[in-house]
Amino acid sequence: MQQLGMGQAVQQALREEMNRDPNVFLAGEGIGVSIHFNPYLPTHGLLDEFGPDRVKDTPVSEQAIAGLAVGASVAGLRPVVEIMFNPFFTLASDMIVNHAAKLRYLSGGKSTFPMVVRIKTGAGFGAGCQHSHNLEAWVAHCPGLKVVMPSTPADAKGLLKSAIRDDNPVVFIEDMMLYFAPGPVPEEEFLIPLGKADVKREGEHVTVVTWSKMVGVALKAAAQLEEEGIHVEVVDLRTLVPLDKETILASVRRTGRLVVLHEATRTGGFAGEVCAVVTEEAFSTLKAPFRRVTGPDIPVPVSPPLERFYIPDEEKLKAAIREIL
Amino acid sequence: MQVPVEKKLEMLRSMMLTRAFEDTLQELCQIQGKIPGMMILCTGQEAVGSGVCAALEPNDFIISNHRSHSHLLAKGADPKALMAEIFGKRTGCNKGKSGTLHLSVPEVNAPCTTTVVGGGLPISVGVAFAQKYRKEKRVTVCLFGDGAADEGSFHEALNLASLWQLPVVFVCENNLYAGAQRYEEHTRVKSIAERAAGYPMPGAVVDGNDALKVYAATLQARDHAAGGRGPTLIECKTYRCRGHGETDPQHYQPKEEIALWKERCPIPRLQTELLSDGILSSEEIHRMEEAMREAVQEAVRFAEESPWPAIEEAFDDVYVTNS
Repeated sequence: MQQLGMGQAVQQALREEMNRDPNVFLAGEGIGVSIHFNPYLPTHGLLDEFGPDRVKDTPVSEQAIAGLAVGASVAGLRPVVEIMFNPFFTLASDMIVNHAAKLRYLSGGKSTFPMVVRIKTGAGFGAGCQHSHNLEAWVAHCPGLKVVMPSTPADAKGLLKSAIRDDNPVVFIEDMMLYFAPGPVPEEEFLIPLGKADVKREGEHVTVVTWSKMVGVALKAAAQLEEEGIHVEVVDLRTLVPLDKETILASVRRTGRLVVLHEATRTGGFAGEVCAVVTEEAFSTLKAPFRRVTGPDIPVPVSPPLERFYIPDEEKLKAAIREIL
Repeated sequence: MQVPVEKKLEMLRSMMLTRAFEDTLQELCQIQGKIPGMMILCTGQEAVGSGVCAALEPNDFIISNHRSHSHLLAKGADPKALMAEIFGKRTGCNKGKSGTLHLSVPEVNAPCTTTVVGGGLPISVGVAFAQKYRKEKRVTVCLFGDGAADEGSFHEALNLASLWQLPVVFVCENNLYAGAQRYEEHTRVKSIAERAAGYPMPGAVVDGNDALKVYAATLQARDHAAGGRGPTLIECKTYRCRGHGETDPQHYQPKEEIALWKERCPIPRLQTELLSDGILSSEEIHRMEEAMREAVQEAVRFAEESPWPAIEEAFDDVYVTNS
């Protein structure tokens, strides 16, 4: 099986879908000619391959980029646009929150907006809080959008291909720290449906629900706890909207214990939603209170020790698991 | 330019239909519980929507804003479906999800009426991009107010449309007021059209109360865009004779100013021209008025008799479910 970083897997998905459907085009800042020249990055090489009519470098105009996607999609194309860093989502948010998410509803179901907004996210590269800020809970709070956050190269590829073929607006959030770590990706074509969580590791003592980069943290912690006889089940949500409640609930009903792990800050974070769903629908099966392991309620600091403190790690997760065992 | 007689009649009909439609809405919205939400009317500004849409082909798109009735009716929207939507009924063009402010009529290529000021501009750029991408000879018109020209979206959209030479026509319906702010209180540029020079693209100021002038300017901009020469910014100078919405007491608008602009009403203006050219008689104009009133009454009857949506329909159309 081929070994690809997540950036390369995204690149394969884009390439395959562009070859498959002439209505798919890309737009964003530096997606054609980039200040980074690196084959591991998602759109590297696509300008040469598909030309400037289908790979559009835009001005630094996030609202126009997102509006381009809204307008082009209602007129029948399948745009895949990129917002360079998650904090810049705020600049594009009117087009995504007030328009992409709502215009189908406002049309009474007559119009469709088959668009994908790819957003790069994640702390860990010292860029500070205006480049690193996980805002997935904001987006998940907007009915009309689907929200995807893959954790592996293979998942990223299969999910992105589904997102591009989906007739709804999809916000596809990629943690940049995953771009460079190789993982197995099937050679043959495959799709992964949106709305299906994946149990990345089975275990009967505690359920860890997580997504994106934190899946790797959870798997490391699980491997370490295994040596102590603690069997951790790791549920990778993959998509936050639609939320695969069944997989979460089935796991918690088996283990009776829940820890939710995400890099985003704590207050109003998506862990709260997962915990609420479990408490509402499977309270009687809980053997202990749930725990959240999240970024602290601070902007992402630049100083290396402070940034390391910000990002949840195996030690914090293991401590939370031990608390409820 | 010589405007064909059938175009003149088309513009007069759509202006008169809009006026009859909105005069009725003005009465209905006074009745407690009859019309949900706000009521925003374009009385006196009808020449903009009618002039613009008369210059377009059916395949061309328009993106509208909160003051949309004249745009949509002139583009060919069914008054019954609009009225039922404004009432919040299931038979409305958007199944009661939009109401008067967000009317969407994809059947006539008017897929988006946004109430976010300036929100339509980037979307119109996207629609125009799709038209160019598919090498169609179609254009997109975005209609917005003078207040929208203060939004960042205006500048991002004009810059991108110009950079990529997209087939879009930006039509600023400058009615001299953005909310309670008079034009001079919200910008120092003498006319919005001057901003065209900054992108650059052709900019034109036209008398927005003269449907024929709006038509001619739009036709020229449409040819320019469809010919691959990029966007145009047209500013139609007009006046907001009514408040921002029907609950606005207009205490900040001088009474003499309103009276002056009512004298410039675009409907009698075109009627007078058609009368003096011998194209229409007073009798024919009277019959047109009657016909418009009847069409609107029929729309009201349809809306009144239509059912409310069922509660479970609130969940319909958030997502495409077979995707």
